[in-house]
This record gives sequence, structure tokens and C-alpha cells, in this order.
Amino acid sequence: MNLNLLSWIIFLPVIGLVVIALLPKPGQKTVRWIALMAALASFIVSLAVFFMFDKSLPGQMQFVEKVSWIPAINSFYSLGVDGLSLPLVMLMTFLGVVSVLISWKIDLRPKEYFIWLLMLESSILGVFMSLDLVLFFLFWEVELIPMFFLITIWGSGRKEYAAYKYLIYTLTGSAFMLAGILCTYFITNTMDITALAGMQFGTTFIPLQFLFFLLMIGFCIKLPVFPFHTWLPDAHTNAPTAASVILAGALLKMGGYGMIRVCVSMLPQVAVQYAPIMCVLAVIGIIYGAGVTMRQTDLKRLIAYSSVSHMGYVLLGIFALNQVALSGAALQMFSHGLITGLLFAMVGTVYDRTHTREINTLRGLARQLPVITVVFSVAGLASLGLPGTVGFVAEFIVFNGTFTSLVPFAQVYALIGVLGIVLTSGYILWMLQRVFYEYPLERYDHLKDADLVEKIAIFSFVAVIMLFGICPAIITDIINTGIMPIAKLIGL
Amino acid sequence: MPTQVPWLIFLLPFISFLLCGLVLRPFLPKFPKLAGYVTIAAVGISCALSFWVLGAVIAAPNHMLMVDDITWAVVGDLEMHVGVLVDALTAVMVVVVTCISLVVQIYSQGYMEGDTGYTRYYAFMSLFTACMLGLVLANNILFMFVFWEGVGLGSYLLIGFWFHKPSAADAAKKAFIVTRFGDLGFLAAILILFANTGTFDTEALYKLVATGALAGSTLTWVAIGIFAGACGKSAQFPLHVWLPDAMEGPTPVSALIHAATMVAAGVFLVARFYPIFSHSPEALLVVAVIGAFTAIFAASIGLVMNDIKRVLAYSTISQLGYMMLGLGVGGVAIGIFHLSTHAFFKALLFLGAGSVNHSTGTFDMRLMGGLRKAMPWTYITFVIGALSLAGIWPLAGFWSKDEILIAAFANNQALFTLAIITVFMTAFYMFRAVFMTFHGEYRGGAPSEHGGHDEHSHGLHESPAVMVVPLVILALGAIGGGWVNVTGFFGSLFGHGEAVAREISLVEGFFGPLTHPLPLISLLVALAGIFLAYAMYIKKWVSAERITQSVKPIHTLLYRKYFMDEFYEGFIVKTLLYNWLFKLFAMFDDSVVDGTVNGTAAGAAGAGSALRKLQNGQTQLYAFTIAIGVVAIAVVVLLFS
Repeated sequence: MNLNLLSWIIFLPVIGLVVIALLPKPGQKTVRWIALMAALASFIVSLAVFFMFDKSLPGQMQFVEKVSWIPAINSFYSLGVDGLSLPLVMLMTFLGVVSVLISWKIDLRPKEYFIWLLMLESSILGVFMSLDLVLFFLFWEVELIPMFFLITIWGSGRKEYAAYKYLIYTLTGSAFMLAGILCTYFITNTMDITALAGMQFGTTFIPLQFLFFLLMIGFCIKLPVFPFHTWLPDAHTNAPTAASVILAGALLKMGGYGMIRVCVSMLPQVAVQYAPIMCVLAVIGIIYGAGVTMRQTDLKRLIAYSSVSHMGYVLLGIFALNQVALSGAALQMFSHGLITGLLFAMVGTVYDRTHTREINTLRGLARQLPVITVVFSVAGLASLGLPGTVGFVAEFIVFNGTFTSLVPFAQVYALIGVLGIVLTSGYILWMLQRVFYEYPLERYDHLKDADLVEKIAIFSFVAVIMLFGICPAIITDIINTGIMPIAKLIGL
Repeated sequence: MPTQVPWLIFLLPFISFLLCGLVLRPFLPKFPKLAGYVTIAAVGISCALSFWVLGAVIAAPNHMLMVDDITWAVVGDLEMHVGVLVDALTAVMVVVVTCISLVVQIYSQGYMEGDTGYTRYYAFMSLFTACMLGLVLANNILFMFVFWEGVGLGSYLLIGFWFHKPSAADAAKKAFIVTRFGDLGFLAAILILFANTGTFDTEALYKLVATGALAGSTLTWVAIGIFAGACGKSAQFPLHVWLPDAMEGPTPVSALIHAATMVAAGVFLVARFYPIFSHSPEALLVVAVIGAFTAIFAASIGLVMNDIKRVLAYSTISQLGYMMLGLGVGGVAIGIFHLSTHAFFKALLFLGAGSVNHSTGTFDMRLMGGLRKAMPWTYITFVIGALSLAGIWPLAGFWSKDEILIAAFANNQALFTLAIITVFMTAFYMFRAVFMTFHGEYRGGAPSEHGGHDEHSHGLHESPAVMVVPLVILALGAIGGGWVNVTGFFGSLFGHGEAVAREISLVEGFFGPLTHPLPLISLLVALAGIFLAYAMYIKKWVSAERITQSVKPIHTLLYRKYFMDEFYEGFIVKTLLYNWLFKLFAMFDDSVVDGTVNGTAAGAAGAGSALRKLQNGQTQLYAFTIAIGVVAIAVVVLLFS
């Protein structure tokens, strides 16, 4: 029995956006309820997939749908999930729901806003479920359009600059990726991602190393890997809250996901060869990112830079190239999506009330905004890897995997990574102190704490962060089934 | 004993935390007292269960009970379990933790009365107690780390309890970050251990060490790493700087967390992995040396502090150094014995300081004096605590300190010398505090305007019964806590590798020490310290001011705590990292990394606008260019063909 559940997950938001688009002059309330229903429907279907997922089939794509699409280049409309992609799909559908909730008060052109938001969700979901390189690339590119408009229209500050920078920077990476996909096709005559995994390449017209980096560069920009990260603080800072949440929460993970799914699975030997370089870039990202974070005075920019540091753990886990480290990377993507998603949502709640993100102009908000303070603190503590939150589990697994990795000097990288968590506690706790503690300011006395809709959104984040922190097996058992076969391909 | 009992000991305070945080605080804000009752009930039952566990352990063969194990998560070869280990060490620790916690929770009802954060206070206290119990019960190093961080969180939240005070917010952050620095070592040790043994399990590690499968430099590095973590939490030099600042928290918090339990967690950690340490003489030497040095170093600062809580804080650091020394030269029993007695008399002293503050509104001893008349109970119990800390026979501190001194004398004369000097200093600063606080004339208490929250001043008065009774209970512990080892019972409980195996009669044990030279020397040294304080602060035979003036540079050095705060915060953090390295990073990011990106874009745009001039849409220009081209071609063709 095939219910095409995966297609439903992708296209339920599309149905929602089509309905919104066809309504002649819908009010703000109608639009947001339709958006919420669409996102919620997609989330519920993904939950169904989560519960029906068979953990006893490692390495097997499940819920597969395959329809011939462009026979001329042997391309299929082909979807499927395994233990690597399922957590990310869940993450995106969850963020889809909460991002509608935190956009509840959007009154500037709400119709278009929710159309773009739903389109963003669909395209990212498509990336995580595509099993065909052309389809993958299509979704990868479609995502740019809604994000561009979300930043330029609903953003703040230097929003046009940020949007163009984001668009052009990412497109540059995509151009290389497209070249890589074409080369792959001409070498292997297939676009099937599962078939490409572990394929034996004979003699090829370009060196495989070259192919690896053609594909890799787009992912490196997306993740982002030092030194390709400077689009991120600009885009984040100027994007509207929900876009930041999705950007940090799910969009960056397209990079890490692509690296594992395409680069490492397809060309494991090249990955082994270049692992030392990537690990060095990872630890630079961790320490350097944390250092730059420490200097930020804009609350949102601070969180944005912390992502650079935290994505270093993902990169480190991926290129430590053993099963534990790769699983850690997969979990770190999931965990960072939740934690940083929440952090951006919280920055949004503070900004909505105080109309400033300059840390120096904020102080002592704990008395005026107790609920926001508590949730912001929980997010911060999760971000610095406190046990009891999913952040600790992910980071510990990455460290453990890296420390036992056979990549040269892996132990050193692991220990530098551990040093990173001290820096993280430094900037997180300092930020919390400056924004929420010490004497309150009179000018913020009239502020109102989180309302019901906001509470639903942020409390569900907290619940999920704690749930996976206390019972990580729920998610690690699934990740294992996805990572084990990939780790076997690498054979380290 | 049912296997659920140890789990319940941990779970009850945890449930109390959830109840206070998720039910009482949001839904019943009108009844703050409930939080106190819930917490006291939970900790009280835990305490009773702890005694049950202790009894069962004493009765059990090898003093070891069952181990429960639940699989937590498995990723490849990485198998993580959660479970309980109950042996003598665990049993003693749960009893100490729950007893002190219970007494402190009762006392807090009086001390925190009327505070707007009353429910939050009890929620955090429950959370802390749960994590502390989790730490001592855990059967593997990974979950010890989990709860280790948990108690760090509790400490952070409670130091910063009055978060509107900048000093409290600063202190909380400092405590968390400094201890996390030590945790680097702990985490590294866990990684090394797992990479070499493939297990986190405490008992499995014991076996691997015993069979020699885990040995050599790996073992030493693991031990050093664990000790680094212990140094952070137990405030050993050079990571001790956070503890004095932690006194910004409410005083009962200082008593429970920063005197009796959490700061002793480092000592517990070393004791828990003692088999690893005992197989590495280098590591043991490091423990002993750092311990002895910290003991004398912190005691020297304690000599000159004017804030009663700071005196106690430095005293705590110093005593923790003693415990480390005890572990380094003696063994688990000796270190844990001092940990247990110290928990009672130091908690007593802190709660006494809180009681004094309750009445005078200040912690500055220069503003106190003469309190013994107004606060007789506080005075008597405080003196008992001070005598116990100074190591006066037959109070608790005497017995445990004596064990450490004997072991140090037998092992390392140099460290013994440091320890005996510390005995003198300890006796001096404690009685300096007693005399400045309780004797002489009252010097007025807190000035009328005070920014903080930790004070309730309305004339001198004894504290309410809810605060005094806990003092009396702890005083009983501070008197008799040491007697459990008079017959060598405590030592024999810790069977493995202890020198104290000989069981002796009660009378011989009780008076025996007075016939040996070493205990007598330490007793005389302590009495000399008390006498000097008496001479300086009661009789004023020697002027404290004159001494201060004559050794001004040394006094300044001590008073400024050897300038370590300035070095860490001013030099390393502010100058070196924030204003130099990280600034460099940020500038590099802006100008080089992002500059390249924007430069590339500007280059492309520039090239575009240069080339655009050629496409300006004037047909005349195009025609003219074409004409020139045609002519040029014609010329070339004509000339060269």
C-alpha cells in the first residue's frame, strides 16, 4: 500500500499556498489559519511517517515514490526517507508549524507573506526527500525565491543588501553544484542518489577530487563552512523572525545533509583524502566563530555567528568519518535546528517588544518579561550543551566519534572542539546577563510578556529540546539506521 | 532493600522541582509556602531512605549493593547507560547530602521569608539536590558528568538568584565559566577513557585498572583530567577564583552548595575514581600538592578578609584543599571523612553567618561586634563550629583533620609542614571572625541605605526558631560527627586499600590521640592560633592595625587575593581575548573574509559598468565604430595581401 505520504508532506503546504493565492482578498486571520492548517497537516503526516518508519531496515529508503520525470536524462520524480533524512524532515515540518505561529501578528501583506513561507517549507522538505539529483537541485534552487522575498519585503535594516548577498552567494555555489551534477551524469549516466552511493567509478574524464569539490562548494556555502560564512550574519540579522528560524533551523542543514548524502556517500575515498583539511576548517569555524560571536553587539547577529561556530561541530562530525561521529553530526543538525530556531524566535519576541536588538540598550528584562527570560535561558543553556537538553547529547556524540576517529590528529580536533563549548558558555551567559539580568530599565516597564500563541510556539520548542535531551534514543535509533550503511561505505 | 529505593532518593527532589516549577509557581502563586513544604517533604523522605541505604550497605557483604542499568542510547560502538551504584562511598554521600539539604531547606523558610522569588528558590534548591544525588548515585562516568553539569547549573541559578544585582549576575556567570574550564579536563578524561576501554561503567573501570588493562600514561592523563574537573568544582588553585564571589547567593545556598555539597563533589569525584589515581603515583602527587598548596594559599587570604562570608569561603577552599591532600596522601576514607565532618561544621558556620546577617543586615564584620548577648544561640553554635573547624578535641573536625595530618606526616614531610601551618592560620582566622562578630561592642550593623536583598534589618534579635533549630542540629553534628571513626568504623567501611583496618575499643579510641605526639602538636598549634586571635582582637595586646601597617605590601597582596582576579578577568579575558584576539577575528571577518566577498561583487559590478559604456544605444557611435573597423580591415587586407 502506497499512500504517497512523502508527496503529501511536501505538497500539503503547496495546497495551502494555492488556496491562499486563489482567495480574492483574504483577511489576515483567514490567511494565517489556512497557513497553520497546511503546516499542521504536513507535520501530522510526517509524524505518521515517523511512527511507521521501520527501524529494522538499515540503509533502506522507505516510503519510496518513483515516477519517470525527464526520461531524456534518466531523471525521476523519486522520493524516500531514511534515518538520515527523516529527522530533518520532522524538524522542518515542526519548524513549519511554529514559524506560522510566530508570524501570527504579521500584518504587512500577510497573503504574500504566508505564500512565501509555505513555499519555503515545501522546497526545503523536497531537498531532504529527493532521491534524484535533478529533483534535489530543483528544490535546492526553488528555496532561494521565497527566502529572497521574505528578506527584502519583511526584513529590517539593510534588507536588500542582505537578500541580494544571500541570493548571489548561494547561486554561485549552486552553479558549481550544477556542473558537478552534470559531470556525475555524464560519468555514470544516472541521477539516482541511492544508486550513486558507493558506486565504483572507472576511469573518468575529470579527476574525482575535482568532482567532489564541485559538489562540495555549494554545500560549504550553505552550511556554512569558514570562510564562506559571511552571507549568514547579514541574512539572519535582516530577515524577519520566522525566516531566521527556518534559515537557522532547517536551511543550513541542507548543506550538511548534502555533504553526507551526496559527497561522502558517492565519493567516500575522496572524502577520506580531504578529511584533514575539512576538519581543520571545522575547528577554525568553531573557535573563530565563537570569537567573532563574542564581539557582537546586535543580539540577532550574535546568535547568527554562534551558528557558524555550531555548524563547525557538524562539519567536524561529518569529516571524522566514522559511524559515531557522523551520527553525532546528524543529531547536531537536528539539535541545532531546534535550539537555534528557538533562540531566533526568542530574539524576535524581544525585538517585537523593545524594537531594538542592540544589546547595550537592553537590560534587566527578567523582571518585565519573566516567561521570555526563562525560555531564552533554556535555549541558551541548550546551546551551550547542558545535559538534559539535546544539545549535550549531540555534541558529546560528535566529540566521542571524533576522538576515536582514524583521521590524522582527530584527537586534537576533538579537544579543540571541547574548548569551543567553554567559549560558547562565555558568550551565551554574558548575553543573558546583559539582556535579562541586573537592574531593570524603566522605559521597558510597560512591556507585556509572551501571549498565548507565542507561548504555544516557544513551549513546544522547549518540550522537544528536553524530550530528546532526556530520551535521545527516540531519535538516535533512527539516525543509526541511516548512518550505519554510509559509515560502511567509508570503511574507516 | 528494594532496588527502587536509591532511584527514589534521586527522584523525589526531582519531582519536587517539577512540582514547584511547573505547578506551584505558575498556578498557585498565592501560596508560596507550599514550595517550602513540598521540598522539605521530598528531601526529608530522601533523607530517611538514605539512612536505609546506609544501613543496608553496612550490612551487605563487601559493603556493595546491586547495580541497576538501563540503556539510554546506543550509537554505533557508543553505548550509553544510566544506572545506580551503591557502595559505602555512595551511601555516606547520600546521607551527608540529604541531611545537610534537609536542614538547610528548613532554615531557608525563615531566611527567605517574604522574598518574591520564594517558590523559584525552592524549585532551584530541589533541582540542585536532585542533581547532587544523581551525581553520587550514578554508576558510570558519563552520567556523573551529566549531573556534574547539573549541579553546576543549580549553582549558577542560585548564585544569580538575586539577578537584579550586577554583582550576583557577574558571580553566577564567573562560577559557571570557571568550573566549565575545569570540566574541559573532565570531558577529555571521559573521551580518553572511552577511546581506550570502550566503557563508561565505574565498576568495569575498576576491574580494568586492577587487571592492568588500563595503565601507564593513559591512566595518568585520565587521572589528571578528572582532577582538573575536580579542581574546578572544588575550587582548587588555580580555579578557586569563583567560590568567594559565589557568596553573592543567598546564605543558605552558600551553606548547602558552596560549603557542604557541590564544592565537595570534586573530592567525591577523585574518591570515586580512586583506583585510577592510586595506580598513578604522579597523579596522586599532583592531587596532594595542589591540595596542600590550596589549603595554605586560601587560608592566608582568609586571614585578612573583613566579610564574614568571604572568610568562610576562603576557609572552605582551604578545607577542600585538606580533603584533596587527604586523598593524595591517605585514601578514600580519610578524604571522605573530612568531607563529611566539614559538611556539618561548615554548613553550621554559614547558617550562623546568615543568622547574624538576618539581625544586623550586613556581612561586614567591621560593622558587627557584641552580638553574643543578643544572639546567644547563634553565638554558641557558631563557636562550636569554629572550634570544630579549628580541630579542637573532641569535636568532629579534630578527628578528621588528625587523620589527614598523620597520613601527610607519614608520606610527605613538606606537605605536612604546609598543613600544620594551615592549622594555625585556620584557628586564627576563625576566632578572629568569632571575636570581631560576637565580642566587644556593637558597631552599628548595615548603613541605612543598602542596595542588596540579602538583609532584613530591624534591630538586634535572635533569629526565629525555624532558623535556630537547624543550627542546633548541625552543632550536634559538628560535635559528634567525628566519633563514628573513633573505633575505626568509618575507615573499615571503605575496605579497599585503607590503612585503618584495626578495630579498637571506644575508650582507647576516644582518648588515645591525646597520648600521641602528632595530635597533641596539632592541638597546640590550633590553640596557639586561637590565642593569637584573642590577644589581637579581645585583649588588644597586639594592635591589628600596627601589624597591618608594618607588613603593608603583604597585607595588600593578601587583601587583593594575590591579584588573581585582575590577572584572569582583566588581563586574560578582557585584554588578551576580548580586546585583542577576538577583536582581531572580528576585524579579519569584516575586512578580509567579507571584504573578499564584497570585493568580488564590486569587481564584477565595476567590470560591468566599464563595459556598459560600449553599449550606450547611440547608433551613430555604433556606425562610426563599424566604419573604423571596416577601414581597418580594408587597410590590413590592402597592405598584406
